[in-house]
Amino acid sequence: MFSSCVDPSSLQGLNWLSCYLTTGKHIDFYWSFLTVLTLLVVTAPTALAFGFGGAMLARSPHLPLRILGKGYTAMVRGIPDIVFFLFFVIALDQSIEWLVHQVRCPDWTDPIRNGLEFRVCPQAKVPQNSSPQVWHSIYGFVLAVITFALVFGAFAANVLYGAMQAVPRAQLETAEAYGMNHGQVFRRVLVPQMWVYALPGLSNLWMILIKATPLLFLLGVQDIVYWARELGGAKTAVYAFPHPDWRLYYFLALLVFYLAMTKFSEVVLTRVQNRLSHGQATAAGEAQRKAAT
Amino acid sequence: MSCLQTIADYGLRSIGIGERLLPKTDFSLCQQFTLIGSGLIWNVYFGVFALLCGFVFANALALAKASRHAVARKPAEWFIFVFRGSPLFIQFFLAYEALVLLPREGIDLFGIVFEVSWLSRAWAGALIVLFLNTAAYSAEIFYGALRSIPKGDLEAADAYGISGWSRFMRIQWPTMMRLAWPAYTNEAIFLFHATTLVFFSGFPAFGQRGDALYYASYFVDKTFNPFTPYPIVAFYFILLTLALIWIFGAINRRLNRHLPSNERSKIKLRPQIIR
Amino acid sequence: MKKLILTTALLALTAGAASAQTIRLGTEGAYPPYNFINDAGEVDGFEREVGDKLCELAALTCEWVTTDWDGIIPNLQSGNYDVIIAGMNITAERAEVLAFTQNYIPPATSAYMALSADTDVMGGVVSAQTGTVQSAHVAASGATLVEFATPDETVAAVRNGEADAVFADKDYLVPILEQSGGQFAWAGEEVQIGDGVGMGLRKSDTELRDKFDAAIATMKADGSLNTLIVKWFGDKVATY
Repeated sequence: MFSSCVDPSSLQGLNWLSCYLTTGKHIDFYWSFLTVLTLLVVTAPTALAFGFGGAMLARSPHLPLRILGKGYTAMVRGIPDIVFFLFFVIALDQSIEWLVHQVRCPDWTDPIRNGLEFRVCPQAKVPQNSSPQVWHSIYGFVLAVITFALVFGAFAANVLYGAMQAVPRAQLETAEAYGMNHGQVFRRVLVPQMWVYALPGLSNLWMILIKATPLLFLLGVQDIVYWARELGGAKTAVYAFPHPDWRLYYFLALLVFYLAMTKFSEVVLTRVQNRLSHGQATAAGEAQRKAAT
Repeated sequence: MSCLQTIADYGLRSIGIGERLLPKTDFSLCQQFTLIGSGLIWNVYFGVFALLCGFVFANALALAKASRHAVARKPAEWFIFVFRGSPLFIQFFLAYEALVLLPREGIDLFGIVFEVSWLSRAWAGALIVLFLNTAAYSAEIFYGALRSIPKGDLEAADAYGISGWSRFMRIQWPTMMRLAWPAYTNEAIFLFHATTLVFFSGFPAFGQRGDALYYASYFVDKTFNPFTPYPIVAFYFILLTLALIWIFGAINRRLNRHLPSNERSKIKLRPQIIR
Repeated sequence: MKKLILTTALLALTAGAASAQTIRLGTEGAYPPYNFINDAGEVDGFEREVGDKLCELAALTCEWVTTDWDGIIPNLQSGNYDVIIAGMNITAERAEVLAFTQNYIPPATSAYMALSADTDVMGGVVSAQTGTVQSAHVAASGATLVEFATPDETVAAVRNGEADAVFADKDYLVPILEQSGGQFAWAGEEVQIGDGVGMGLRKSDTELRDKFDAAIATMKADGSLNTLIVKWFGDKVATY
């Protein structure tokens, strides 16, 4: 990065540190913070969509659909998320490639599962072997997002299901009395009203999601935990910047990062909550009204 | 080798009883179920002891957080914030790195040497982290419950002249428990799930004694097939979760036994906490 | 398994651009001097140089991928890369599931490194990396095995006293011992494990394996492999 960093062995003190903290590896480390933030930003709406679907299924009048919806939410609660992460990503990866294989290589005669090997035709590899590394990274990231969204979608489904149940029954009956059909009641009355009830649960979920991001590294994405471990380990002279075991400092930095994220989210979510409660016929809304007068 | 023999050999392998070496060939379903089940002993150990100790500490923390005195409130608030605001994964790691820095020869206090090197072992170190972690989460739940005790209950207590400690023990605490119990059930479930992280981040396994997930990854490492061992772990944990729901449900019924049946708060399982 | 595609975006664009096939080489990136990620964030080390040279000789386009050690074989099986080149010792156990090339490092010794030379490595606590030939050896030896996910942590465990000794490839430990300023010493007996380090491939990839096999033979014959071994491991180790 700096021209003075060409010969690291001659550097001392602060100079050494400034060069050390700007190596290509450290730049990768800094970028990985963006990876984590991107994951949060992409996963949150996806998980919400999954959760919405799950909650709708759980409320469905048809028994099979209802079982599907309830089973989905129950599954994630029974199984530790880490176990789910460990085998789901490979399963997802292989099923995608299997599907592509069926489409692209109908004439393939070799077995796909050969003992322990999973082997699809070269055209069915996702992404193609020859595609640039960046596509492999993106594909890995997308798999991680889907896995996260599935797990957190189940939690969101729980929250949204509860929120839908919390909308006063009278509201829905009134809508029905006005002659709205099932879909109209759902779209015009239930969904707009449920958000106030869902917000506390959803903000809780957001906090949980933030704290689950270190598990990204189990999914094979080079995230901040991966780099902290890699950078912090003791380095011999084969590296340009040898140093003893510094993992403690790197992980302390991560701790600070997560605490800051939590604090920031707390502040923002409290504001949103206040904004949403404004003028609502809930305890919080009532308290705001009293405080104003 | 019959399956019963396998169970006899490996059923208690995770606590060092039975065969010294892990299976090297075969890797039958029976072996996988036995060893992973044996590892579950550690998950139960961490979960139960962290919950029991955490419960007591959480009550103290909740009271401290609700205190009018900043001397008690501020430390409790910070403690809860730090442990709830950071991933358990990172807490384990930091705890291990910090615990191994303790002097090997022990700490000399007034001439008595305290042996401390055992603190970096998983059975102690990870238990401490889980204990502090669950205490922070439970304290927040109890604190919330403490604040939602109906005003009328307290006024009634005042009217009867019940005050101080006996007001807390006879009126506030039972109501707090009753209100907090559904959320606390969730905390317990997720604490048990979190025990799978012990040997996965930070704490190393000694003598190949580990938890359910440790043995599952051993089998994945040997058979190169993730599709059998991990679902076995999942299966065991579903059983564990059902047992927990049953136990906590029984306690919940007892806490609410004075209420008419339609007013009892059912345990609603919500994703209060994962780490 | 866990590491699906750990990504170090590096393109090893080798000569012979005419070849259409891109081969993905999977390595750990945490085992200097065999393979490590250098300060520029690229895979570096002995295996990087050997791998690039072999790809050039076999007229293949190669790309480097890093992955965690404990997921390195499952990820090969599910096709996330085509070759493991990660200081992997050829053993009978692994040969049941992998097709190995001939070795490109002669059978190497594994050694115990401890704080003092008279450490009891047969009865004490010995650290080793999970899922290595060394960890299996320690488990069978009578010592208490303590396992870590990365090689770096196994050494740290000896430094902070968690373990009495670390058992690993001697070539990995040599630079650490030399630069420790007398903190570490060799202990116990050196042990020969495995049939040298080779590249691991899926069993069905016989054609690719033969290509690499031939390329390794070429490098052995013209002495360029020895040059690289001496460059990275010093002149005291075994060569061809």
